[in-house]
Amino acid sequence: MAGRFTRRLQKELLDLQRSPPTGVKLEDNTTRLDQWRIHLTGADGSLYAGEHFVLRFRFGNNYPMEAPEVVFEGPNIPMHGHIYSNGHICLNVLYNEWSPALSVQSICLSLLSMLSSSPEKSWPPDNDTYVRRAIASPKQTSWAFHDDTV
Amino acid sequence: MPKDIISTQIQAIEDVNNIFQIPPSTARILLQFFGWDKERLVERYYDGDQDRLFEEAHIINPHKLPRQDSNTEHKEMTCEICYVDYPRKDMTGLPCNHRFCRHCWVSYLQSKIMDEGTGEKITCPAHQCPIVADEVTISHLLQGHPEIQARYEFFVAKAFVQGNKLVKWCPAPGCENAVRVNTVEARPVKCKCGHAWCFGCQQPTHEPVHCPTLKAWLKKCADDSETANWISANTKECPRCKTTIEKNGGCNHITCRSLNCKYEFCWSCLGAWEPHGASWYNCSRFDEKDSMQARDQHSRSRVSLERYLHYYNRYHNHEQSQKFEQQLFAKVDKKMEEFQQRGMSWIEVQFLKKAVEVLCLCRQTLKYTYVFGFYLRKNNQAVIFEDNQKDLEMAVETLSQYLEQDMDSATGSASSSSSSSSSSSSSSSSSAATTAQATSNPTVLADIKQRVLDKSQYCESRRKVLLDHVQDGYEQGVWEFDAAGN
Repeated sequence: MAGRFTRRLQKELLDLQRSPPTGVKLEDNTTRLDQWRIHLTGADGSLYAGEHFVLRFRFGNNYPMEAPEVVFEGPNIPMHGHIYSNGHICLNVLYNEWSPALSVQSICLSLLSMLSSSPEKSWPPDNDTYVRRAIASPKQTSWAFHDDTV
Repeated sequence: MPKDIISTQIQAIEDVNNIFQIPPSTARILLQFFGWDKERLVERYYDGDQDRLFEEAHIINPHKLPRQDSNTEHKEMTCEICYVDYPRKDMTGLPCNHRFCRHCWVSYLQSKIMDEGTGEKITCPAHQCPIVADEVTISHLLQGHPEIQARYEFFVAKAFVQGNKLVKWCPAPGCENAVRVNTVEARPVKCKCGHAWCFGCQQPTHEPVHCPTLKAWLKKCADDSETANWISANTKECPRCKTTIEKNGGCNHITCRSLNCKYEFCWSCLGAWEPHGASWYNCSRFDEKDSMQARDQHSRSRVSLERYLHYYNRYHNHEQSQKFEQQLFAKVDKKMEEFQQRGMSWIEVQFLKKAVEVLCLCRQTLKYTYVFGFYLRKNNQAVIFEDNQKDLEMAVETLSQYLEQDMDSATGSASSSSSSSSSSSSSSSSSAATTAQATSNPTVLADIKQRVLDKSQYCESRRKVLLDHVQDGYEQGVWEFDAAGN
């Protein structure tokens, strides 16, 4: 990662530690710059109100020109029409719609709003087939974004 | 040429500028959007909804650009990619007014061009901003990064050629040129690199045969030829049930394995086995009546295969000969020097080079006459065509012999300087012997020159006659084709 972009990531880290948005919290013992864990709390009034989820961010050498790899981790994966039970997330800004002007914060906020607007708790219809075939990194999957409403 | 590709684009862009009065960079994006079809663009432009046109092409209407507020130019602002503060005037962006620092722009372009391999339609880095970066801005930003710039220009040229129906890449390996025509049609064109090809199908020039026929032929050859050759060389058919049989060893006593046949026959004469008795390895009945009949039948069933092979082999022979063109050119170059040492002037020896060119051209044409002939149905005109073909073929072979062999004997250097291909023919050795004695005699050279000149002129004229005849036939609809080539 070029020096300028390491500084950007450090600034993002600092911002998240100092003034995180509601429902977003960086794991306390974050030491590595290339891999973070972020805790999300479901927004009040949504189906996921009060629930805790863990996101794992991995930054490649080309971040922010390339999107980070983002997956849900741990025992509690949100049941959602665009989130597979292995933690992979179907969200266009994480893949082909990524822009270097986006950030960790903006991804977290997109995910929270994605959760909030969900009308029901259920896995995607193709969950079983996808999880059986899925490779470790969701960035290797070619996503088809069939639904923009949720 | 790559340079000409760019100047052609610039010409088209200027044309559009003169009409619309918009910046060249905008004109380029619009033209690209319309596949470099100027007429369609002009039509849409004056068709009313210009705002929608600009929106669809993902650019900001240059007539409605937002004003820059000069008071804020010195204020600092944060680059949203690297999070560093810069004076506003040091930031740069597209007409959509999203601004980023130069370093980040370069990194962004590098990632798009070098990693993702896109040149056209690089959008503004801002999230969900569809505005396309124009060429001027990109080239400006890439100053000092020649590697990225070169690749970017390559993509731009590629997109131009692919988006433009009147321009196609030269198919010669390693050639970077493109050829532009005025109307889209299948016709022979010649690239500056020397490669002559058909604009319709990008195969090498293939007169007199038309693109679809050639395509069918090439497919047939790719599918069939080797298999057919092998079948012809290694198998025979059972005289009774016509099953194809490969004999991979053993004696001449063959028992057909076909379930309902079980016919026993002799591999050699194809007659029934019974009268052969115990002579398993020798057949003395080759001329007996029943075995002759069996062979007759056998040969008839092979006719269509043989016919295909006949055309294929001749086509293939000319193709092989073409591959030696370069060798021949090199050889003739040497001969031209030798002739000059023997008192001819540079001008006087140019006929040799010309003769090789004619030879190559005629071989190319001959090669494709066999494709034409294969699919052609017999009629009176077809007979004339075949006569023309035969005549040209003979003339070409004679010319080829002059150039390959007689030339050596004329200068007496066959054995010393040339490879085995030049002096291998025993049929010409007698003439070689007589002329070799008189190598220093200038009249021999003059005689050779005259013969080569006459023959190459004859070849050239016969080639033209053949092509004209075929062309007339096309126009008058006298050619009938058989898709199966029977």
